Amino acid sequence: MSEHVVVIYPHPDDEAFGASGTITTFREKDIPVTYLCGTLGEMGRNMGNPTFATRETLPEIRKQELIKACEVLDVKLEMLGYRDKTLEFESREEVAKHLNSYLQEIKPSLVITHYPGYAVHPDHDAFGAAAIRAVEMMPEEERPAVWAQAISNDHLEVLGQPQVQNDVTSVFRKKFASILAHKSQADGMLSKVRNEEEDIELAAQTWLGRESFYIWDFE
Amino acid sequence: MEPIDINLLQQEIDERANKQVYVHLETTNGAYASHFNKDSYNVGAFIRNAKVQYERGKVVGAESTYRVGLKLEIGWIYAEGVNKYEINENGSLLMAGHDREGRLMVALQISETPFHY
Repeated sequence: MSEHVVVIYPHPDDEAFGASGTITTFREKDIPVTYLCGTLGEMGRNMGNPTFATRETLPEIRKQELIKACEVLDVKLEMLGYRDKTLEFESREEVAKHLNSYLQEIKPSLVITHYPGYAVHPDHDAFGAAAIRAVEMMPEEERPAVWAQAISNDHLEVLGQPQVQNDVTSVFRKKFASILAHKSQADGMLSKVRNEEEDIELAAQTWLGRESFYIWDFE
Repeated sequence: MEPIDINLLQQEIDERANKQVYVHLETTNGAYASHFNKDSYNVGAFIRNAKVQYERGKVVGAESTYRVGLKLEIGWIYAEGVNKYEINENGSLLMAGHDREGRLMVALQISETPFHY
């Protein structure tokens, strides 16, 4: 099986904040990466700071930001067309089948997604669960490894230490560039850091310099 | 979006009265509220493309925030905290309230054609 990484997250910018360092290290080894992005983050609260988006222009703005971020990271992008905030109300089985159709085609060696139940945002939990179900639908010998990302404040306490802990400080420039591509979302978050720290990139590196994942056990 | 001019906004609300319109109404404090502060709660609601007709609509308030009420035949639509508005390229009236970091807290939008997505 040739190596190919599939990243499955629901929102434009989940890949940048959550896994862009890890993605970069795969791309540096020439391993192809495909991002299956569930929604366009239509219901995001951040409208830029100062605001430049409205509820109605946000989807197209975030779509362009997502395309740009994927160019920065040099990954193939598939936009799956679900609506932000509604993933948990869709049929998990149908979403899993949809994701499974991409996995059948790509035959990845690794899937990166959110850890259901420990990923804070309901879309993260629902899409992570559907992604894991999609892998589970494959015959055991064809299944890729799954790295599940937990975000909740209690995840270390409940799940223990993640098996994969990537120090991404050496590729942080790239990670930071992918975050900045999501201008409407990054403005607010980074201005918060800017108020507190002089060197915003250094502050962000301290905050986002490590990407951790649990290896999913299908047993 | 522009800061609200109460007279101009009132004209826009009046223009859409007694017609079939589509309403987007929303309030949110984000999906991460209780993640970043364990003492707070995640609260939000939205309704998109509610098909209604209002007989009277009114904007009330001053300076930074405003309230808007739309009187329906058998009910009300209400939003508190809007501070900006615009008419977009589809002729829809968008009203929203943002916090200091530019995050949307409340939105009330009225359109003669359904909203996309």
